[in-house]
Amino acid sequence: MTYATSLRCRECHREYPLAALHVCEFCFGPLEVAYDYDAIKRDVTRRRIESGPASLWRYRDFLPCDADAAVDIGAGFTPLIHAKNLGAALGLPKLYLKNDTMNPTWSFKDRVVAVASTRARELGFDRLACASTGNLANSVSAHAAAAGMEAVVFIPHDLEAGKVVGSSIYGPTLVKVRGNYDAVNRLCAELAGAYGWAFVNVNVRPYYSEGSKTLGFEVAEQLGWKAPDHCVVPIASGSLFVKIRKGFDELAKTGLIEAPKTRMSGAQATGCSPVATAWAEGSMNFRPQRPNTIAKSLAIGNPADGYYSLVQLKETGGACAMVTDEEIVAGMKLLAETEGIFAETAGGVTVASLKQLAAQGRIEPGETTVAFITGAGFKTLEAVTDALRPPLEIDATMESFERAYSALRAAEAVA
Amino acid sequence: MAVKRVRFTFPENLIREPIIYLLGQEFRVITNVRMADVDDRTGWVVLELEGEPEEIDRGLAWAQAKGVRVDPVTGDVVEG
Repeated sequence: MTYATSLRCRECHREYPLAALHVCEFCFGPLEVAYDYDAIKRDVTRRRIESGPASLWRYRDFLPCDADAAVDIGAGFTPLIHAKNLGAALGLPKLYLKNDTMNPTWSFKDRVVAVASTRARELGFDRLACASTGNLANSVSAHAAAAGMEAVVFIPHDLEAGKVVGSSIYGPTLVKVRGNYDAVNRLCAELAGAYGWAFVNVNVRPYYSEGSKTLGFEVAEQLGWKAPDHCVVPIASGSLFVKIRKGFDELAKTGLIEAPKTRMSGAQATGCSPVATAWAEGSMNFRPQRPNTIAKSLAIGNPADGYYSLVQLKETGGACAMVTDEEIVAGMKLLAETEGIFAETAGGVTVASLKQLAAQGRIEPGETTVAFITGAGFKTLEAVTDALRPPLEIDATMESFERAYSALRAAEAVA
Repeated sequence: MAVKRVRFTFPENLIREPIIYLLGQEFRVITNVRMADVDDRTGWVVLELEGEPEEIDRGLAWAQAKGVRVDPVTGDVVEG
């Protein structure tokens, strides 16, 4: 069962049935799932949630599908770490990291695809589809395999081999599309309209995006049923950024936590920064950009939730940082060297933005701050390889090791 | 006949140009503005275009050649 009642337009509030719809026919506003919060408040307790599975399905009552028939490969309930070393380096003693690299296909996309694939199957679809530069493709391929559904996944023709293998191992129909970013995007939008498939981030997007709320639920539960003071979230489409706050709001609305006063800050790469640029200019109108950054998982030049991200920045008193590719690599290294977490480039964007916001005084040292690390570093090895110290290479003798090791120590002493 | 929904984003140098009027004049396409926000520096318009698919595509190619950015109304669908 589900407490979802309808789809509702975020702009004009018209209601629609819980079908495979994503845009309001009247005003073209995005549709969002509405719930019977009074019933959730009546039925759901902290204890009920705590006794649920160690996955996102512990929050089943806040999701728009029947969890008893879930496509479950173990997404969610990832660790929240008190990042003492990184916090000390940045002057943020109450810094926490939500480590979503620990998901089954190593990114937060497993949350949204778990919900989308479950709902798609309920709606009678037998094919899951998406267009992706990596993480989403991996997750759709894996969930479709587990659900016994076919997967059709469109990827740019020049995608790195590691990302292609990360999808093809699950056996999807993988389609490489020749053309630049805009051309691939346009084709995929047309395909989504032309075929009766469940395109997870298009026609079933209202359900898909609900999966991101579970990050908000988990953080609040892991902090002892309390929303943090400040969140720093990478912004691609903006959906994750908006839905984390929706998670806090829903817990408050149903009496499970006190009303949150969380400041929501965003993180973007300079090479794809439509939201950060508009925020810096004090505008609520973002201009679409052509992405040019190593943070490919955040490279959305025309973000569907860009406007709502700007509204949220303003409403919560947050800020939006943008960081260069060099800062992204430095952020990845800093995270790995202080906390032992190897994140992909999006994690580098988040950590570099955290550093920038802390240095600017936009995050106060006393704030309980949570930064969201959304994908694992093995997906973007090429981004950091050249920036790392090469290994020592020796002959299989003690003498060879001692010579190489002392030379290294001497060089480090000089540096 | 087909109906296509698109979002036009105008750069500053095209704000004063009657692009949508010309699109309807130069091509056999019915243009219907559904949402818009235009100021003196930039602007976007959500349009419904009705016509033969090839004619719509030719009209969109013309608008892009003029410097208009043309996107799906739902934002980018290629995700990370």
